Amino acid sequence: MSKSAPETITMGTSGGGQWLAAPLRIALLIAAATVALWLVTAGSSAYLTTLIAVMFINAALAVSLTFTNGMTGMFSLGHPAFMTIGAYVAAILTFPSRRKASMLPDLPEFIASLDLSLLPATVIAGLAGALVALLVGLPVLRLRGHYLAVATLGLIVIVQGLALNWNGITRGGAGLSGIPRLSNIWWAFGFMVLTVAAVWRIKFSSLGRAMMATRENDLAAECTGIDTVRIRMLAFVIGAFFAAVAGALMAHLISVVTPRTYSIVLAFNLVVMIVIGGSGSIVGSVIAAFAITIVSELLRPVEESFGLYGMSQVIVALSLILVLYLRPRGLCGSDEPAFVKHYLNGKKHL
Amino acid sequence: MSQYLFQQLINGLALGSLYALVAIGFSMIYGIVRLINFAHGDLVMIGAFATLGMLFYGTPWPVTLLVVLLVGALAGAMIQTVVFRPMLGAPQVTGFIASLAVSITIQNSALMLLSGQPRNFLFPEAMRQRVSLGGVSASLTDLVIIGLTLTLIAILFVIVYRTRLGRAMRATAENLMAARLMGIGVNRTIVAAFAIGSALAAVAGLFWGGKFGQIDPLLGSVPGLKAFIACVIGGVGSIGGAMLGGYILGLAEVLFVGLLPQAYAGYRDTFVFSLLILILLIKPSGLFVRHVEERA
Repeated sequence: MSKSAPETITMGTSGGGQWLAAPLRIALLIAAATVALWLVTAGSSAYLTTLIAVMFINAALAVSLTFTNGMTGMFSLGHPAFMTIGAYVAAILTFPSRRKASMLPDLPEFIASLDLSLLPATVIAGLAGALVALLVGLPVLRLRGHYLAVATLGLIVIVQGLALNWNGITRGGAGLSGIPRLSNIWWAFGFMVLTVAAVWRIKFSSLGRAMMATRENDLAAECTGIDTVRIRMLAFVIGAFFAAVAGALMAHLISVVTPRTYSIVLAFNLVVMIVIGGSGSIVGSVIAAFAITIVSELLRPVEESFGLYGMSQVIVALSLILVLYLRPRGLCGSDEPAFVKHYLNGKKHL
Repeated sequence: MSQYLFQQLINGLALGSLYALVAIGFSMIYGIVRLINFAHGDLVMIGAFATLGMLFYGTPWPVTLLVVLLVGALAGAMIQTVVFRPMLGAPQVTGFIASLAVSITIQNSALMLLSGQPRNFLFPEAMRQRVSLGGVSASLTDLVIIGLTLTLIAILFVIVYRTRLGRAMRATAENLMAARLMGIGVNRTIVAAFAIGSALAAVAGLFWGGKFGQIDPLLGSVPGLKAFIACVIGGVGSIGGAMLGGYILGLAEVLFVGLLPQAYAGYRDTFVFSLLILILLIKPSGLFVRHVEERA
């Protein structure tokens, strides 16, 4: 955990003598990324497009986990549980109503007759994830450190168990397949930008400072008037909201969700991303998420041609151990890299 | 006592023995270095596959048991020396993340080397028969598991409470720094704790294969998590607590499946983890431990 947090709190839109105001520069950045993305998708295969979309969703997930864990100092592994909830809720809402009657007989009538489009469905999915996080958080967030980690791992098992056995609504182990392919690379990109923007705004606000104070020393934070219980709960619930939305978008991208789609291994991979990127660093998490998604995808053909299934996972795990040895604070610590802050804030603040 | 209830009871005790064996090592390791060792469950898998290898060469069972103990001990000692020793003194969460990484490494290396195909695992014919005891009967495998587990635990208690090494381990668990100042070889003691705990987990793997008849490279993750729950029930860090926690969890799980209608059987793991969260809420220090440290 870094002690250098206070100097990062300089984000602001003021600052004269710059060549462009900060909002414009952010808009410029997003516009440039959009054009680049448009050029990439125009000429590439469906496989590559899907891969990039998955990469964006992974980045959003890593950022939301670094929000819950890195910035607030908790250790939750519950993301896959919330993703599963989000995926099922959204898939049930967008599923064509004429197929719902036969496939999911136990649905209440008003849901069975519903044909939602993707946006309302993902928002409802996100809220469902947040609601579950709120209910689970009430008991679970009293736990610290690895106790919280194991309790949230337990949450994954509990959610998987429910999805496996609640046949009339989830179709059990077979999962929901043939989910309409409503999501695409643009949804994934937009979601990532939204997640990064939201987490960035929170990190450099009073709420973000309260979160980091809770992380560094919760007694001292309490003494300055921060309600650490409320802060932890907020971080957990907001993180769960993003996770559930990510699960929903992913399900509509690959058009299938089963109880085991989002498993403990995914939780581990997300932890690897935020540890390598630097726990609490938004830019670091995005970079690590991109890198790990690409590396494991590049290794897949090697795995397949040599029949060495599991090799990429071993490499990811070993590189995590190496990072813990050599650079335990990760790529960026809990800070954002100087050039990014420089670009967004102007020289004045550095 | 009806045959059904008796059968459930023996079944629960056998399952509880497996959990207890894994949980004890888990608890020893936590007690000494305050590390939640996620890779501990994977030693169950290593033990199971070591047994399978021995069976292939037709080694007699007593020898197999000893070799499995040895393999587990070596694996545990190696993991400690290579991965965890350099991290001694790092924040708790670092060790926890590292142990997750070790677990993933072991599981996927096993997948690579052994393939994910489940393999049949059979105890000899003589072990698989049923014995009747005054009107009720039980499978010999279950009885042997229970008997051998209790023997091993008895040996462990002798080591921990009656030998120099045991005293060194207890002193290190009490206060690592002070133990070092008293001239205890702390590193050696920690390795010993890892080795002993891992040996017990490996034997649990041998029993696991015998009881369930099938093994695969990922079989360790469930016992690993359940062992943690058993520790929480009994109080993490306490050996006796871990043992009792293991038996309570095994019995509770079997009775949950055995006594409730069939429709609920699929919710077994859901029930177990809900139990964990419940206990962490009501009595986070465990049912049998008075000493309280920060968990909640």
